[in-house]
Amino acid sequence: MSTGEKALGSVANYVDERTGAAAWMKKNLNKVFPDHWSFMLGEVTLYSFIILLLSGTFLTFWFDPSQREVLYEGEYQPLNGLKMSAAYASTLHISFDIRGGLLMRQIHHWAALLFMAAMIAHLLRIFFTGAFRKPREFNWIIGVGLVTLGIVEGFLGYSLPDDLLSGTGIRIAEAILQAIPVVGTYLAFFAFGGAFPGEAFIPRIFTVHVLLLPGIFLALITVHLMLVWYQKHTQFPGPGRTEKNVVGYSLMPIYMAKAGGFFFIVFGITAFLSTVASINPIWLYGPYTPGQISAGSQPDWYMGWLDGLVRMSPPIETHAFGHTISWNILIPGLIVPGILFTGMALYPFIESWLTGDKREHHLLDRPRNVPNRTALGAMSLTFIVVTVINGGNDIIATNFSLTINQIMWASRIGIFVLPPLAFIITKRLCLSLQRADRDLVLHGKESGTLLRLPHGEFVEVHQPLNAHETFALTQHEQRPALVLPTFDDHGVKRPRAMLNKWRTRMSSAVSEQIQKPTPDDMKEIEHH
Amino acid sequence: MSREVAPLSDPGLPDHVHRKADTDPIAEKKAERQVALFFAFSALGTILFIYSYLFIHHDLFIFIPILGSTNAHQLFLGLGLTCSLLFIGMGAVHWAKYLMPDNEVIAHRHEFRSPENERADFIATVKEGAAASGLGRRSIIKRSLALSMGLVGLSPLLLLRDLGPLPEKQLETTSWKTGTRLVTDPGNRPIKPADLEVGAVAQVLPELVEGQERTLNNIGKDAVLLIRLRPEEFQLSPERLSWTHEGIIAFSKICSHMGCAVALYEQQTKHLLCPCHQSTFDVPRAAKVIFGPAARPLPQLAITLDSEGYLIAKQPFTEPVGPSFWERSS
Repeated sequence: MSTGEKALGSVANYVDERTGAAAWMKKNLNKVFPDHWSFMLGEVTLYSFIILLLSGTFLTFWFDPSQREVLYEGEYQPLNGLKMSAAYASTLHISFDIRGGLLMRQIHHWAALLFMAAMIAHLLRIFFTGAFRKPREFNWIIGVGLVTLGIVEGFLGYSLPDDLLSGTGIRIAEAILQAIPVVGTYLAFFAFGGAFPGEAFIPRIFTVHVLLLPGIFLALITVHLMLVWYQKHTQFPGPGRTEKNVVGYSLMPIYMAKAGGFFFIVFGITAFLSTVASINPIWLYGPYTPGQISAGSQPDWYMGWLDGLVRMSPPIETHAFGHTISWNILIPGLIVPGILFTGMALYPFIESWLTGDKREHHLLDRPRNVPNRTALGAMSLTFIVVTVINGGNDIIATNFSLTINQIMWASRIGIFVLPPLAFIITKRLCLSLQRADRDLVLHGKESGTLLRLPHGEFVEVHQPLNAHETFALTQHEQRPALVLPTFDDHGVKRPRAMLNKWRTRMSSAVSEQIQKPTPDDMKEIEHH
Repeated sequence: MSREVAPLSDPGLPDHVHRKADTDPIAEKKAERQVALFFAFSALGTILFIYSYLFIHHDLFIFIPILGSTNAHQLFLGLGLTCSLLFIGMGAVHWAKYLMPDNEVIAHRHEFRSPENERADFIATVKEGAAASGLGRRSIIKRSLALSMGLVGLSPLLLLRDLGPLPEKQLETTSWKTGTRLVTDPGNRPIKPADLEVGAVAQVLPELVEGQERTLNNIGKDAVLLIRLRPEEFQLSPERLSWTHEGIIAFSKICSHMGCAVALYEQQTKHLLCPCHQSTFDVPRAAKVIFGPAARPLPQLAITLDSEGYLIAKQPFTEPVGPSFWERSS
């Protein structure tokens, strides 16, 4: 035994003598985690969050969250002698006078982009593999909350420097607030401490950005991880993996080394991107003034879908009884996002209502084996992609020699046509893939060897799958659709007949499958 | 009815495959050296970081292929940090993958639902507790509690009231008064029609009165675009035509959609375009919306000349400028 091992042993002893945690610690250090590349997406999100906390704390040491007007006399010559807010001036100071300040700003912004990207990729992984099913519905809802807060936190963060681009974003946010019927004008005046832009907004969003939201994030992430820990991680199906076990590696030492190392890898990659790829060069935008703007004003990518929705909305306003309702802002800015996020949060309950499945699930689905869900996911993604494309319509127009009108009309039509199309195509693709799986199990792999039979016919020799492969392709469950009769045994119409009829119909769509090979099918093959 | 069929029998976990480093001491030594090498690279990265921080001047630019002329201080600071972090991670992961035991472990899961007797106990305890509190029987307590709980949230909500003043008429008014001179932004110089050629655009603001300072709040409502066309190009109502002067027409620069500055003017088509959401306004037709999400034309400012020949506002804006709001009447 080396001295290092001895030392760790005595630390364990010291801790236990003061906490009595030996049994609990041993159990948790031996905790088993299944392994799959897609399980690291959540890890990347967590690590980016830690990077955000570290780099953000550094930035607060010099950032002055104030809209007080100052005269800039600093290192960056082109803006010398210009009046600007203290927030913008201090951001310039961090970028040009503090050694490593620019690097930290870049790391903070890159980590934020990565945080959102990893979080959404993680969410897609959870959705498409059905990891949100019972008992993990709470964690899904916490996740949807984290995505929502992440978008807000990112927006507030890049608004803080008070440059021309971010000020324009705040102006748009103010217009959305102001568009809310009845109370909108009041909400806007309370939020901004008066008319736009005022001098209260930057200090206020600073408090929200560095204190309130990170606090909520920490609390939600803690609960999120505790639930993962307590409920044990899901695993992909395969030979030897069941609903009753977890197959993987233990926390100590494998996962401690891998996850700890992976944190440094994520941090290193973020640092590399920040070194070679400069983003948000606020010194080029100039300080914010409501009378100016630059062409090609674009939000950060995770806001692009919202901007795209606002851009494509038709010019509808209602003027009646001395009041105005701006549907062109309300629908894309509040109503559609509200429906999207509420639908997302409720999805686990909707699915279990349609399948009638109230059991626990710890084995993940292969997306092809749940065609309806996969198609719904593809449909939602297509919706978002169309909106994001329209959010960049000015940039796309200049780069691809199109007119903005062409892209706008393509998106206005595409937003209604393409998502349903994506649903149908994806569902058919999933069913085809199921059919391919079935063929593979029943007829084996194509070996590429051609055989000439005595009577001259050519056939390709197929190699049967081994037991492990066959099991992996046939282990999934195919549930029948719900049957909810309209009339009961006495011929009396049951209550809520309409709802039940609709539920039955949806349920049969949800359970559409290609029959997987049965043991009988397999026996038949052996007799061939 | 059920399509569910008995699954095929589970053949169990595939056999464990040993890595080279598990069986071959030479491969094991090699993996060990690789891990050590990664950690050493990290240490070098930290040294590079310290060197760059202390000794590379922040004004030193060097040429790097692909990146072009690059600030050496920033570059080596970043690369140093990258190496110091990345190689720690790579070393640790390499160590875990090649040298730590990779035997798969099986742990058991248990259903979360508790055994029936425990559930019954739990539910009974909850019911007992509820009964002991007497909440069901003491309806006066229940109702008064509901009242106080319903009201208690009002105090913190009311505390937020002083976040800002009431809107009053602030959104409906601007600094433009009858006779206010138009001045250039930047420069604050009054303008004569001759200063503006046909096809030209200028951003103007109302002239400051003595002792007044220009605030961003003012600019956010007062910014106006002057555009000069040939008078015969206008397609305006007689009233609106009288608001122009010698082909010069003035519009609020604040977009009627979401308040961005409508700053892109296409001289050929005479369209004003908002860069935020691409609302397009046709200047000869009183900034009518011809494309995009804006629902209203840009408000037009009536202009004329004063006795000294400078452009002035004939009257204030006749409608609120900027994005719509609930109290807006038209």
